[in-house]
Amino acid sequence: MTNLPSTHGDRFPELAASVLKRAKSLGATEADLLVAEGDSVSVQVRMSEVDRLSKAREKVLGIRVFFGKRSASSSTSDFSEASLDRLVSDTCSLAKAVVEDDTSGLPASDQMAVDIPDLDMKDSRQLTVDEEIDLAKRAEKAAFDADARITNSEGAECSAGYGSILLANSHGFVGSYTSSSYSLSVSPIALDSQNGGMQRDHWYSVKRKFHELESPEKIGQEAARRTVRRLGSRSISTQEVPVIFDPEIAQGLLGHIASAASGYLLYKGASFLMDQLGKKIASESVTVVDDGRLPNGLGSRPFDGEGLPTRRNVIVDKGVLTSYLLDTYSGRKLGMASTGNASRSVGENPTVGITNLFLSPGPYSPEEILKSTKRGLLVTELIGFGVNMVTGDYSRGAVGFWIENGEIVHPVEEVTIAGNLKNMFNDIEMIGNDLVFRGRTASPTVKLRKMMVAGH
Amino acid sequence: MTPSPADFSLQEQDMLHALTKATARNVDYADMYLESTVTDSVSMEESLVKRAVKSIAQGAGIRAVAGERTGFAYSDDLSVRDLEQAAETARYIAESPQGDHPLTVTHRTGPSQNLYPLTQPLTDITTEARVDLLNQIDVEARRYDPRIAKVMASFNTEQKIFLVVNSEGQLVGDVQPLARLQITCIAEDGANRQIGSYGGGGRVGFSFFVENGRALEFAREAARQAIVNLDAVDAPAGTMPVVLGGGWPGILLHEAIGHGLEADFNRRKTSAFSGLIGQQVASELCTIVDDGTLPFRRGSMNIDDEGTPTSRTMLIEKGILRGYITDRLNARLMGIPLTGNGRREDFRSVVLPRMTNTFMLAGESNPEDIIRSVKKGLYAASFGGGQVDITSGKFVFSASEAYLIEDGKITKPVKGATLIGNGPDVLKKVSMVGHDMKLDEGIGTCGKEGQSVPVGVGLPTIKIDEMTVGGTAMA
Repeated sequence: MTNLPSTHGDRFPELAASVLKRAKSLGATEADLLVAEGDSVSVQVRMSEVDRLSKAREKVLGIRVFFGKRSASSSTSDFSEASLDRLVSDTCSLAKAVVEDDTSGLPASDQMAVDIPDLDMKDSRQLTVDEEIDLAKRAEKAAFDADARITNSEGAECSAGYGSILLANSHGFVGSYTSSSYSLSVSPIALDSQNGGMQRDHWYSVKRKFHELESPEKIGQEAARRTVRRLGSRSISTQEVPVIFDPEIAQGLLGHIASAASGYLLYKGASFLMDQLGKKIASESVTVVDDGRLPNGLGSRPFDGEGLPTRRNVIVDKGVLTSYLLDTYSGRKLGMASTGNASRSVGENPTVGITNLFLSPGPYSPEEILKSTKRGLLVTELIGFGVNMVTGDYSRGAVGFWIENGEIVHPVEEVTIAGNLKNMFNDIEMIGNDLVFRGRTASPTVKLRKMMVAGH
Repeated sequence: MTPSPADFSLQEQDMLHALTKATARNVDYADMYLESTVTDSVSMEESLVKRAVKSIAQGAGIRAVAGERTGFAYSDDLSVRDLEQAAETARYIAESPQGDHPLTVTHRTGPSQNLYPLTQPLTDITTEARVDLLNQIDVEARRYDPRIAKVMASFNTEQKIFLVVNSEGQLVGDVQPLARLQITCIAEDGANRQIGSYGGGGRVGFSFFVENGRALEFAREAARQAIVNLDAVDAPAGTMPVVLGGGWPGILLHEAIGHGLEADFNRRKTSAFSGLIGQQVASELCTIVDDGTLPFRRGSMNIDDEGTPTSRTMLIEKGILRGYITDRLNARLMGIPLTGNGRREDFRSVVLPRMTNTFMLAGESNPEDIIRSVKKGLYAASFGGGQVDITSGKFVFSASEAYLIEDGKITKPVKGATLIGNGPDVLKKVSMVGHDMKLDEGIGTCGKEGQSVPVGVGLPTIKIDEMTVGGTAMA
């Protein structure tokens, strides 16, 4: 048994070809294969001391084989020849044990991505462990320095990593790309001197390019601001009022649209957006886009999990559901073509995933949205999983601020907000102009006409 | 069966030699965790078992602890060179040169308990048997009611072999089986579509699912919940008495109490429970334990991922907060006992104090009397997930099957709703505890710092005098 050298990215195409060849020799009619490799270092600092230093290096290979309309998948992190041979033959036996699925199979060979654009996702800046420690310490210190009520901390974390993906299939497609990411976050804790209670919040920055990362001082100060403003939180009485979602929270609503528009939930009958294509599902101000090719985007990729070209899909156009999110399999189930949204965990069948998902900005500043609200709730954090994708029923724990006459009056906790997503998207009455990409999903501030808030 | 270095194609000397590189003068503790996990998963939808997936994960995680600092590195290559590299990275934290003290193994005992003796290893279950089980579930769920339109089910098994060697000369390992069956049904009546989910499992063999028709019972239960929800009315909004049924509603304890009693948050004084040991945090009817020693249970382990035997830890005794659950790092820094709760998702993750099976002991009330005592309130029989803000103590959990209680009787089913409360307060409002303590069926997974581990919960029927229910209808 010979192990390949541990840095062997340049050998992956050769490895892929030999694994595919092996599958073919065992009778597989089609096959595809994914190799993912990554390296990352992260540090956590707490109360100005290093708390944890973690270094990760991993690689994993996943293969999917087809015997006509039967298929199976498997994965391993052991790249020795003997292990890979065993993996391929085990996967082939597994495939023969499942039933035929008429919909299964690779995409047609003429649909594979031909050009693989460079989406500017890689920064070669190496961070030393000491640099990471320094960044994390500065972020945490900035939070403590910002306000005397910050008395404790869950720590600050800095990490840097790179990853590479290679996808190959029996149509002869071979594609690869690499990307980097840098992140810095801090979670301060503020003490309420009135009642001894504590509040925690956090702030963060994640970027593909190191020089674009927000400064540790800015992250620390923002984390402190978000934390101390929660001191003195209390519940409010149960009532139906307008609810404003801040950008961090509004992106969750987009995630629900994307999930409900995913081909898998749709063909399984598990989405509240079933049979809604071409129909109005949201107010006219709502346009939702998923764009896989934004240069430097955190969700960008030149080809999807099946090797099809990624693209820009308008999911909701001025309130009308204009596109589902599909891969080849779920597209075939619905009688449609893939939208280039195949997402792939190594060793799993493709599923549907977002790339860079965002809500187009509206005309209002966040201040104007606040000013327009006579009585209402501004939500800054949600907890729990009370979202039913089949019915659209929505009920979650909320943290935020009570608004009266356009002004924030006091922080709020221990309340829930509830409604149904089908109504909630139609109830969006104002969209902010504050769209900033901080992750794969981005939204401006959003105001809903009304939701039920349950409290005391 | 106790694993040995040979299971990882390594010699004991190689492991010790590599671990030595993680030690230094001021390293208090170092360990190496070797893991090999085989996962098999089949799933069914549209009456077809379409998906069959097998994965093999193997690697080593090495850490060095110096004071409060932890250095951690992992490798999915198990060559001696890779292990040594990982060990040296872990030692970086100690900021001092490598120790020259050669390590030897002095304790080599296997686990002293065997909580999951299986007659057939999970890896020996044939794909045909797995496929057949799912096909039977499909038929059974559809037979329950013609309105069951979709049935989805998955059967997953995992066999984890691990070995941990540490700087105190201990070498210990375990083989941990884990199986889980999950069923989701969608009922359709015109445009009304509703979902129901159920499942079960544990550290059990295949026979668990087939004996006494258990898997088919799970299928009927998933179908029943979906059908019940077809008639669900809007859930009420506001504060009201809440009765929780036995079993899975024990997720209340996991969110409201359990996380807040994990030692790491309390060492850092970031938990709403910090400094409350010895104080009353629940009504005297409440006694709550975390117990990793229950045979065949999903949250149980012979030893935790640091080699400590699991135990039964008193968390709350008759309303008084008694103790925390610990891992080595936090037990040492806080000067409190090891409870066998040091857990990690896999070799890629660091050890954290985590729950095992968390439940409330039975009380004396008759469950029917508990319902009868409520004039107007909510009865919650089953839940989806929950979440807690450790620092503020606020927690939520979401009902997936719930009913109105009107004049002491369970009446209409209501749509799913989130319940919210404050951990250190909510159990003070427990006014009745039933004699019907029940553990959940074995499907729970707990998330913390991005790591998932299997857990169990349990609860008798209880009455909480007042809780906020997040429905949409004015109560």
